[in-house]
Amino acid sequence: MSKKLLEIKNLTQHFGSSNNPIKAVDGISFDIYEGETLGLVGESGCGKSTTGRSIIRLYDITGGEVIFDGKDVHGKKSAKELKQFNREMQMIFQDPYASLNPRMTAGEIISESFDIHGLYKNKKERREKVASLLEAVGLNKEHANRYAHEFSGGQRQRIGIARALSLNPSFIIADEPISALDVSIQAQVVNLLKQLQKEHNLTYLFIAHDLSMVKYISDRIAVMYSGKIVEIGLADDIYHSPVHPYTKSLLSAIPLPDPLSESRRTRIPYVHEEVDESASFHEVSDKHFVYGTVATVQKWKDTE
Amino acid sequence: MSDTILQVQDLRINFKTYAGIVQAVRGVNFELKAGETLAIVGESGSGKSVTSNALMKLIPQPPGIYESGKILFNGRDLIPLSDKQMSKVRGNEIAMIFQDPMTSLNPTMRIGRQITEVILQHKKISRSEAKKRAIELLTQVGIPMPEKRYKQYPHEFSGGMRQRVVIAIALAADPKLLIADEPTTALDVTIQAQILELMKEIQKTSNTSIIFITHDLGVVANVADRVAVMYAGQIVEYGTVNEIFYNPKHPYTWGLLGSMPDIDSNSDELLRTIPGSPPDLIHPPKGDAFAARNEFALAIDYEKEPPMFQISETHFAKTWLLHPDAPKIPIPEAVSKRIEGYLAKEDQLNV
Ligand SMILES: Nc1ncnc2c1ncn2[C@@H]1O[C@H](COP(=O)(O)OP(=O)(O)OP(=O)(O)O)[C@@H](O)[C@H]1O
Ligand SMILES: Nc1ncnc2c1ncn2[C@@H]1O[C@H](COP(=O)(O)OP(=O)(O)OP(=O)(O)O)[C@@H](O)[C@H]1O
Ligand SMILES: [Mg+2]
Ligand SMILES: [Mg+2]
Repeated sequence: MSKKLLEIKNLTQHFGSSNNPIKAVDGISFDIYEGETLGLVGESGCGKSTTGRSIIRLYDITGGEVIFDGKDVHGKKSAKELKQFNREMQMIFQDPYASLNPRMTAGEIISESFDIHGLYKNKKERREKVASLLEAVGLNKEHANRYAHEFSGGQRQRIGIARALSLNPSFIIADEPISALDVSIQAQVVNLLKQLQKEHNLTYLFIAHDLSMVKYISDRIAVMYSGKIVEIGLADDIYHSPVHPYTKSLLSAIPLPDPLSESRRTRIPYVHEEVDESASFHEVSDKHFVYGTVATVQKWKDTE
Repeated sequence: MSDTILQVQDLRINFKTYAGIVQAVRGVNFELKAGETLAIVGESGSGKSVTSNALMKLIPQPPGIYESGKILFNGRDLIPLSDKQMSKVRGNEIAMIFQDPMTSLNPTMRIGRQITEVILQHKKISRSEAKKRAIELLTQVGIPMPEKRYKQYPHEFSGGMRQRVVIAIALAADPKLLIADEPTTALDVTIQAQILELMKEIQKTSNTSIIFITHDLGVVANVADRVAVMYAGQIVEYGTVNEIFYNPKHPYTWGLLGSMPDIDSNSDELLRTIPGSPPDLIHPPKGDAFAARNEFALAIDYEKEPPMFQISETHFAKTWLLHPDAPKIPIPEAVSKRIEGYLAKEDQLNV
């Protein structure tokens, strides 16, 4: 396997008062290898966005470590290092409404960081770069002069993607980048992300809940529940041999574009089982880990 | 039971912008019966949200213009109603779940109060009863620790949790018509399934009609009785859920159904997409708006807009391919194979 680009060690992120905190991220550890896509799925509110935001330094973390390319992300940095770091890591935000300034044009939003980084100083060059980014995300160059509030939800999300790509980063955290898009644009964006990954050896953390898309785009998938990663493994293994009951429940709820089978769908409900302090990751097959105690993991494996 | 509660006739909505007049909705027609669910699907920017906002009379004017059309709700046209008359309809008889949860949440008010206010507006009950009902609703939409969450502010909620609060508020009003604009897009599939089950249950008990906007075709298959497929401000195909999924007729619908990955899709292959980008609605193209992206386009598509052709009593599509003189084009293989697969599974089950 290629080298570890990102190492997350026992990351915790708590919100609220210290005596009764919301443990949004509760001690998670995983690695992301250069050039791979790690899919992160899980229940709404389980801490996926917080994980992404903590990695990219939008929060001061409560505990743990994030190592990017050998360097401690949350450690002290010079202004120059910070700038470099900000260029390397980009995030596509979940909420296309809140993350774009409605009083800026699409072109201004996309080229916003060019000045800070001294890129595309020539006007014509800049216009061409903006046009090519707009086209890359399925919009056209005429859209550059329109204001953010004039776009539909899905169109705004594509502007957000173009902005994230504008500095040619090496690592992108995509927080539900396609949820707001219709399927054919989803397919375009996913193809685009894949193609860019191939060309520039990009690494992705892809947060989503559309499991068929996640399966398609990810090399490995991590399943999160209530601040913890409960299962991680190769995409195929997670799909075809899930072990943790939450993963099984999640897979049983994927709706299919087939009305007759939908009318008969039976979902496996998930009932959370508390695990005690002795819980840890257990390797159930090659690169496939499940979080639990020895006894629970054995029980889950037996009920496969 | 099967009374028509909503009739939308030739609805046209424009926006005056700096760049020109955007023709966002270009002649939309549909009907909805009591207790029925209509799903609206379609390209991003095709006018789904503008259509549904228009039903609530929530198009900002300016820049928006109700260019023409009627919105008959229980026989009464909503378009000429004053703001005051409309505010009685809104929330009471028609409730809406917005695509962006933050438009309906007040960032400075505790979540609990936002729900109880709506309940108190609609029901003559005490504050403490309203609180009980609010906590019940939070539980129903799958918010854990509802008592604790009741006292929090929207920014302390995750994206999907905010959306669930918005759903709880819409349900609190017990509306006759519920318009849900991408209500579950921000949710994981397990919570989504719970919410869909909840909506169906409420629909059954109160005979609520639902307009459900989504681009998730799996969700459409799960909730819809009827489906409207929109493209460039118009409905291009309309039919029962089975007609749209098992016998689609419009090439844009083929494109949509063909773009979804299967669980078994090979990750090395690129997904199928619909080539090109949607037309500029400031200058909508002559003829069929989908022509430039349609691999089966005919010469006439560039000249003349197709009418709605009728396929069955309930199934319509706006494409020249249905003209008796048009060449017979079979459904593209990527789509037909999938449909055959689904139907074959069905046959096995019925044996
Ligand atoms: N700024 C904040 N202040 C307080 N609590 C927060 C804050 N941000 C997030 N939380 C809490 O942290 C938990 C995790 O939230 P997060 O946004 O990471 O969830 P998520 O997995 O991304 O969910 P979704 O799929 O709904 O987007 C939630 O319980 C949320 O209420
Ligand atoms: N306030 C506005 N000013 C100008 N144009 C607008 C305005 N609101 C919407 N539009 C335009 O109207 C068209 C339809 O937008 P709408 O929001 O209905 O799309 P949609 O089908 O809901 O898309 P999505 O799936 O992305 O939410 C788009 O081309 C959009 O740019
Ligand atoms: Mg999130
Ligand atoms: Mg919309």
